[in-house]
Amino acid sequence: MKIDPIHQFNIEPLFTLGHIGNHTIAFTNSSLYMLVAVAVISILMLASGTQLVPGRLQSVAEISYEFVASTIRSTAGAEGMKFFPLIFSLFMFICVSNLVGIIPYTFTVSSHLIVTAALALLVFFTVLIYGVAKNGLKFFSIFVPHGVPGYILPLVMFIEVLSFFLRPVSHSVRLFANMLAGHIALKVFAGFVAMLGFSLGALGWVGGVLPLALTVALYALEILVAFLQAYVFAILTCIYLNDAIHPGH
Amino acid sequence: MAESHGGAKGPAAGAHTEADGGHHGGGFPPFESSNYASQLVSLAIFFVVLYVIVSKLALPKVGGAIEARQNKIDGDLAEAQKLKDQSDAALKAYESELASARSRAQAIGNESRDKANAQADAERKALEEQLAAKLAGAEKTIASTRTAAMSNVRGIAADAAGQIVQQLTGVVPDAASVNAAVDASLKG
Repeated sequence: MKIDPIHQFNIEPLFTLGHIGNHTIAFTNSSLYMLVAVAVISILMLASGTQLVPGRLQSVAEISYEFVASTIRSTAGAEGMKFFPLIFSLFMFICVSNLVGIIPYTFTVSSHLIVTAALALLVFFTVLIYGVAKNGLKFFSIFVPHGVPGYILPLVMFIEVLSFFLRPVSHSVRLFANMLAGHIALKVFAGFVAMLGFSLGALGWVGGVLPLALTVALYALEILVAFLQAYVFAILTCIYLNDAIHPGH
Repeated sequence: MAESHGGAKGPAAGAHTEADGGHHGGGFPPFESSNYASQLVSLAIFFVVLYVIVSKLALPKVGGAIEARQNKIDGDLAEAQKLKDQSDAALKAYESELASARSRAQAIGNESRDKANAQADAERKALEEQLAAKLAGAEKTIASTRTAAMSNVRGIAADAAGQIVQQLTGVVPDAASVNAAVDASLKG
């Protein structure tokens, strides 16, 4: 019994869609789970009724709506509601694909850096373009904090600029690394259970209890992480957008 | 899974320098750049689809439901407030009606009592006057009766004194001296 904790991240082309240059564009298992996430979100948001007293599905849809809306209002102000569809899409896409991905034998879309990086760059360029379009050159005043003595201002500005351009890196790697590490840890601990059972017989069955308990605990933690990382991604998006909306702060 | 990663870089994949660290991975799937183009294309397609669904259908629908509920709650609360105001006004009207009725009743009571008192006073006065008149008449009768009686007493006394003197002395006394003696004794 060989444990391969990396196997779960493999991209398997299901069928070829076409070619761009010398790249083959395939519909992969990743694409399939993106489709699943979009389908789940659409069903949740559209198939739930619009009753005065909401049912379960409608409650979930409305709680998601209110949750994202209040997150935006508290971090980016009322003006941030312009970006409500974007942030809601980001949050729901990451949250649902993370939660779907935690089901055994499924694929986790956000365990690939290319996906999280694309989403982080989407946010980065949205902030940059909207910030410059709305505030002009005043947008770049976010690099000049108030009340800093003149002689260390160049250093502070250098750090601010650097941190601004490193935002997409930390933004994407945080999500990617959390999902990747969590899934590897789950797989390793679950693999111990099977390995002990197969290799040591009855003793192994007894010995497998501890890693099994750990797997269960980790699984619960991963459910939390799946939601939490989506929330962190969304709230960081709000905070970055707040810079574009109110560059004076 | 194909190990031929890093051979060709897509334009979008090349944008992420940190992703290129996967060259040392030796088959670590997240760092296999041959998959990047497929993932980016499907992500772009599905995220745009999701964004359109969310912004055009999902958020207006759910937001509308929440707003409709809020409006309904606000409307119901306003309706309840209106009804409460109405019942308060009705209660106030009832109370003022009750108070005016009570004061009217009191006024009527006072009036009728005053009238009864006045009537009683008038009757009593008339009765008193009647009684006083009767008393005065009676006193006059008594006085005249007494005067008559007193004059009778003088005559009787004079007769009795004349008889007594005649019996004692055998002499018929002079009427004038008897009368004078009687008057003197009546006065004395």
